[in-house]
Parts: sequence; structure tokens; C-alpha cells
Amino acid sequence: MSSLAQRGGLGSFPAPSVIPGFRLTFGFTLFYLTLLVLFPLSTLVWRSSGLGLSGLIAVATEPRVAAGLQTTFLISFLAAVTDLFFGLVVAWVLTRYAFPGRRVFDAFVDLPFALPTAVAGISLAALYAPNGWFGAPLAEIGVKVAFTRLGIYVALIFVGLPFIVRTVQPIIAELEVELEEASATLGASRWRTVRSVLLPPLVPALLTGFALAFARAVGEYGSVIFIAGNIAYVSEIAPLLIIVKLEQYDYAGATGIATIMLAISFGSLLAINLVQAWSRRRFGHV
Amino acid sequence: MLSGRRNLFHRLLVAAAATAVFCGAAAQAATTLLNVSYDPTRELYKAINPAFAAEWKAKTGETLQIQASHGGSGAQARAVIDGLAADVVTLALAADIDAISSKTGKIPADWQKRLPNNSSPYTSTIVFLVRKGNPKGVHNWDDLARPGVAVITPNPKTSGGARWNYLGAWGYGLKKFNGDEDKTKEFVKAIYKNAPVLDTGARGSTITFTQRGLGDVLIAWENEAYLALQEFGADKFEIVSPPVSVLAEPPVALVDKNVDADGNRKAAEAYLNFLYTPAAQKIIAKNFYRPAHPEEADKKDLALFPKIEFFTVNGVFGGWAAAQQKHFADGGVFDEIQKQGAGK
Repeated sequence: MSSLAQRGGLGSFPAPSVIPGFRLTFGFTLFYLTLLVLFPLSTLVWRSSGLGLSGLIAVATEPRVAAGLQTTFLISFLAAVTDLFFGLVVAWVLTRYAFPGRRVFDAFVDLPFALPTAVAGISLAALYAPNGWFGAPLAEIGVKVAFTRLGIYVALIFVGLPFIVRTVQPIIAELEVELEEASATLGASRWRTVRSVLLPPLVPALLTGFALAFARAVGEYGSVIFIAGNIAYVSEIAPLLIIVKLEQYDYAGATGIATIMLAISFGSLLAINLVQAWSRRRFGHV
Repeated sequence: MLSGRRNLFHRLLVAAAATAVFCGAAAQAATTLLNVSYDPTRELYKAINPAFAAEWKAKTGETLQIQASHGGSGAQARAVIDGLAADVVTLALAADIDAISSKTGKIPADWQKRLPNNSSPYTSTIVFLVRKGNPKGVHNWDDLARPGVAVITPNPKTSGGARWNYLGAWGYGLKKFNGDEDKTKEFVKAIYKNAPVLDTGARGSTITFTQRGLGDVLIAWENEAYLALQEFGADKFEIVSPPVSVLAEPPVALVDKNVDADGNRKAAEAYLNFLYTPAAQKIIAKNFYRPAHPEEADKKDLALFPKIEFFTVNGVFGGWAAAQQKHFADGGVFDEIQKQGAGK
């Protein structure tokens, strides 16, 4: 996430560089981004524009859609927060400690990236179903995971974890152990060292990871659909409602929900980026 | 390193060019048929396609390549609407083919009259799969509405099969309450209150019931139920056929504009007609569908199907378009049932 501003600033736009061909590559970047990202997204907005703003609001406030949107964004947020904590721990252990099989564990972290999401969903549903390995003991103490909102939460934690680990890991690797030692010899408590020495440089990376995990969770379909139960008003996610609308050949309604999701996601990512920019100013970029 | 990369790039280019040439060649061969179908017919068409290809070869000397595409019925219909060049469609609901017809004009509106039996060479019905010994004593639709019976069925909003399940329950309710719609609605609501999960597709529900061990009864297509029995063993499950159920008529249709563009109308028409021949009817019965001409099928395959009193969607609901509009559209009866259920 290194920004253009850092390399010579926006003022000197085509700043001379060791590697020539800036104009060409910049043009290519714009073209590529437009063709592959902006164009499809604008088609989405265009297709839903048949609804008009009032139609869009009508779609968003339809109780079932509102419930679905709430489920998706709320649980995605909670899952990303959970990943923030556990991802940091995992990244810390994998980077700071040497132990047998570390490389193997390190490779495991990427699996949720590579796995087809449906496979993840089916395995999680099998594990957490009332007769599954984790589900059966949990059911005995009265906790139902699969086919409830809790199931969605578990699936979203699963798919989001690597984002935090992979964004934080290089920063932890760069942190010098000497800083901690200096902090300790100067009389700081362990907690103070963590709070004042270790965490600040990690904050921008953590926020980036959080944004990525959150974004992934919001868009998640395959891994959630098998474990969610899909009961209306309870455990129905917004992407499922898009499929529901499509099954009725209601393209406008489906793209309407998609546009609303896009707007909320864009808003949240923008907010996270602003916080990130602020934290970078506050703590400096590492 | 650089030359290695360039090498790789070259190879990619060559591969891309080769793929383009290959696809072009395949598209030029006039004797390719694409059958766009729905999920549970996978096994059926795997058996039917080579049989037809062999017959066509014997008759015309042409080698025919039949490609089959399977998926959720609604999603398949959307793919055809969006331009998938299907020569024939064999879907779960007449409503899905109606949608292709009205949205693209590639199929004439009266398509269902073009082939015998409402264009359904095979039919099926909705039955119950229960755990061995039928511990909850499920024998009829009434038992699904009893408190304490967990019912597994997919979501009618996303699954064509689930709509048959729903209409089966509704049609039975109407009969039981002498056409009283309010009582029928309460009855169907009670059934859906018993559903802990609504999977997005019929296969998903089958897996939830058979492999996850959830629920006491699975509402399923008859052919899916027999497949599940074959797959997971008759020692674990048994099939309960209700005395009254809905006659499910999965229809087939020629996509006129596509076959004319591909120039394979003759083969496509012959393919659909083949489904009604004795050879195909035998295969159909073997794959647990009820053949349109039972006299052509093997006696022992037919023995599996118990006598059920059928009602049809046309008879009870006035056709698929009306049923779709009243029950499954936004704000329809199913939405009301779920809304009231949410307050429980």
C-alpha cells in the first residue's frame, strides 16, 4: 500500500525514474484498471439505474433486504475484528519464533486464499453440524454453530485470516528486537513496550489487513451459503438475496442490492483509508 | 532469467493461439448439440446422449457430439437468456423455459404444445426420504406440519425443485381443507416452521439430510430420493411416498433461433423426439424418472414407483406463470409465510 505521494510526490507527476517508460506503464495501468474493474462496476450501476434513486431506496428498505444487509455487514465487521486480533498473534509467532514446522504452518495460512470457497463452506458445515467433530460437543453444551449466524461468523473468520497475517508479517519482520530491549532497559513494563513501541508501527498494516478481510467477508458467498442455514430475517446474507432476485429474473432488483453493497463497502473502505492516513501521519510510515 | 520469461510469454501466446484455433474448429463442426439442463438429470443424460449419438450415426452417418451443461434450473435459464448457445433446453420448470421465450424470443410462446405430454418425456413427483425405520412415523404431508418433526427442503426462492415441494404441500392442503386458502396457508407455514435450514439447491438439501444428519425427513424429487438411496445405502434411509402428491413435469424444448444459427435443427429435433422412443424410455425408467410411455420400460424398473394420486400445476394453480406470481414473487405467499415465521 505504498503510495505515490511517497515516491517523489504528486507534484512532479512524471518524475524521472531509473526505470524508463513511466508514461507507457501509467497509460497501461489506467487502461487495465478501467477495462477490468471500473467498467464492469459502472455497468452494475448503470443496470440498476433503471430503478432510480427512489427505487434503490425502496430496495434497500425492504425489510428482508435490510435484514440481509445488516447481517452481512455486521458479521463481516465482527469477523474482521476477530481476525485482527488472531491474525496479529499468528503473524507474530510465525515471524518472531523459530520452531519445527514453521514453514509448513506459514504455508497453511494461505490455504483459505487458494481453496474454492464452496469447499471451505462444505468442510466447515461438516465440522460444525450437530453431528460434526466440533458441532457434536458444542451441541451438548447447547451451542449451535452451523446453520445460525454464528456459522456465518466462523466462515468469515476463516476466509479473512490470511489477509491480516500477510499484511502484518513483513512489518513485524522489520521491527528491530533492539527497540524492545531498549524499552525494557529503560524500565518500561512489558505492556508499555507493546503499547508504545510495538503496536504503533503496526497500526497502518493492521488497518490495511482489516480493510481487506472486511471487504472479502462482505463479498463472500460460497463458504457462507452452506453453513448459514439461509433462514429469512435471521441468517440470510445479502449476496444470497442477489441470487434470489436473479432467480425471479429481476435483474434491476439484483443489481440494486449489489449497488447498495458497493456503496456501503466503498464508504467503509474510504473511512478505513482515512484512519490509515491519519495513523500514518501520527505514527509515521514503516 | 529474462530469456526464460520471454520464453514463457511465447509459450503462453502459442497456447492462446492454439486454443483459439481449436475452439474455432469445434464451432465449425455442424454436428455439435448443446443440451442445457438442470442438476438432477446429470446421470440421465449421461446415459441418453451416447444412445442417441449411436442411433444418429446409424441413420445418417454423421458423428454427433452432444455436450451437456448442468446447474440450477433458474441459473441455466438465465445463462441461455444471456446468450449461452443452447440448442435444446431440458429444465426443471416450464416457468424457466417461459422466461427464455418471453425475454429472448428464441423459443415461440406455444413451445409446450410442440411435443407430446406437455413437452415432458418423463415426469417425477415429490416424495419423502426418512431415516431407516421411519422413527418419526412420517406417512403423509400432515406429518410434516407436526411440531417436533424437522423438515429439510431447499429454498423455493432459489431452487426449482423446492418450488415443486412447496406446491406439493399447498396442493395437498387445498384438498384437505376443501379449497380453504387461509387454512392451507397456515398448514404450509407450519411445515416451513419445521425447516431448520433452507439450502439454495436440491442437491444441497440432500447432502444436509444424508451426510450432515440433520432433520427427520427430506422432501425430494422421487428420482433424487432413489439416487440418494442408491448412493448412501438402503440400510440408512427409506422412501415414503405420500398418497397424494404433485405431478412434476420437467419439460424440454428446442431453442429455435439457436439451432437455426448453428444449422443443426434436424439433429436437435431428432434428439428431443428420441426421448419419447422405447430405447430412451427404458433409460429414463432406469434413472428413476417416470417414463411418459411406461409400456416401453422394463417391468422391474416400474415396480419401484408406487401408485400416487397426482394433481398437476395446471389443474390446481392454473399453470406455472400464475403459481410463480402468486406464491414465489416478491411479496408473494411464500414471503408472507416467512415474514410471519420470523416473529416466532
